[in-house]
Parts: sequence; C-alpha cells; structure tokens
Amino acid sequence: MRDAATDTVTLVYLARLRESFGTATERIVPPADVTTVAALRAWLAARGGRWATELAPGRAVRIAVNHDLALPDTPIRPGDEVALFPPVTGG
Amino acid sequence: MPVRVQTEDFDVARELATLRAGNRAVGAVAAFIGTVRDVNENTGVAAMTLEHYPGMTEKALAGIVDAAKARWDIIEALVIHRVGALAPEDQIVLVGVTSAHRREAFAACEFIIDYLKTQAPFWKKEDTAAGARWVEARASDDEAAARWDGTREPAG
Repeated sequence: MRDAATDTVTLVYLARLRESFGTATERIVPPADVTTVAALRAWLAARGGRWATELAPGRAVRIAVNHDLALPDTPIRPGDEVALFPPVTGG
Repeated sequence: MPVRVQTEDFDVARELATLRAGNRAVGAVAAFIGTVRDVNENTGVAAMTLEHYPGMTEKALAGIVDAAKARWDIIEALVIHRVGALAPEDQIVLVGVTSAHRREAFAACEFIIDYLKTQAPFWKKEDTAAGARWVEARASDDEAAARWDGTREPAG
C-alpha cells in the first residue's frame, strides 16, 4: 500500500503487539537516519515503556514491509506500510 | 481461487471435488485439515479467535502455493484458512494438492502447511479458564519449515 504522495510511513501493529501498544495503526514521519527495518525498530523501542519491552533486542518480532516479510537491513521509504507482529501461529 | 481466507466453515469433500474437477491428468489428491484442539500447553481451551493481516495474508499464501508449484510437478493447490471465533473440533485450515502421482501431492501438501505455519500472518488467541492468551510460536514449526531448504527464518 504505497502512498508516495506523502512523507509518512504507515505502521500497523497486530495481535499481541496491537494490544500491548493500545493501537492498531499510526502514521509517522521517521527521522532522516531511520531508513531500515532495524533502525525503525530501535527508534520505536526508544519510546520506552511497552515499546521498549516488546521491541527489546532479542524479543521475537516479525516485521513486514509492504506485505512482504522483511530483514533487518530492508529499506524503509516514505509511503511504505510497515507491520510489526509476533511470530505467526496459524494453521 | 487457490487461496481463501474466510470466517465460514468449508466442506472438504466439495472443495477437493472442485479442485480436481475436469482434469483427467489428476491421479492423486493429498489433503491436510487442521482443527481446533481442546487442550494446548496443558490448559483447557474453550474457544479461540484467529486474527490475520488482510492483504499480506493472501499474498503470503499465494507465494507459498507458487513456491510449491515451482518445486514439485503438481497440478493444482488450494489453501483455505478460517479466521474469527472458533471452537474445539472446528476446522481451521484446508490444504489440498492434486498431481499425477502421490509422492508430489504428499510432499507439496506438507511443504505448504509447514510454510503456512511459519510465514503466513495468522495469530491464535485462546480462551482458557485462566483467561485469554496469545498462542506462542513453536520452535518445532520453524524447524519443520527449515528442513525443506535450510534457510533461516526472517527476523525483524
């Protein structure tokens, strides 16, 4: 879901993370140095509280960029939809 | 449509009949059906809710089906996964694969469910006597998927 007309990145939180953060989605304008999945995770963790707990290094968090599972060095660009969620448990 | 996410139940016989209808090259149909158990982690489960990530779910499932088709000589594959409120004994997921011979159908069916369990964005929340809890992912599921190609799981 690209929204290249704006500088915002849409964040989506699912399952336990949505409940823990108390929100399902938000739009952010990341700082200039937050250009990868790993940097975004660290930036969100720096909010403290539940964010620091849930996104602490070592906690199992999956991140998808535009509906594809991402790696730590996957780039994040304006207009992207970035989802954060726990390891999946379907099937 | 080879991939469906739906709240309503499915009829296995009808789905498999549709999957192979009109194709005389089909000599084998393999199916996996996942159902709701009444016990998990030694605690009784009265009901569960399945959540997913609309948009990504369909893309992920279609990608898994495409990977199975690229890897095995199969004819068609179907994935139906339910979401919403479910009770013990309810059907959760159906994977159906058709091929000329059984070996490809069995292998592709197992591959699809193994990857679904580690790659497709579904989450189970169980209602127990002690309250609601999110089901934790199992390392054994990652190992089951990894044995197909040895790749490591993506990490955020």
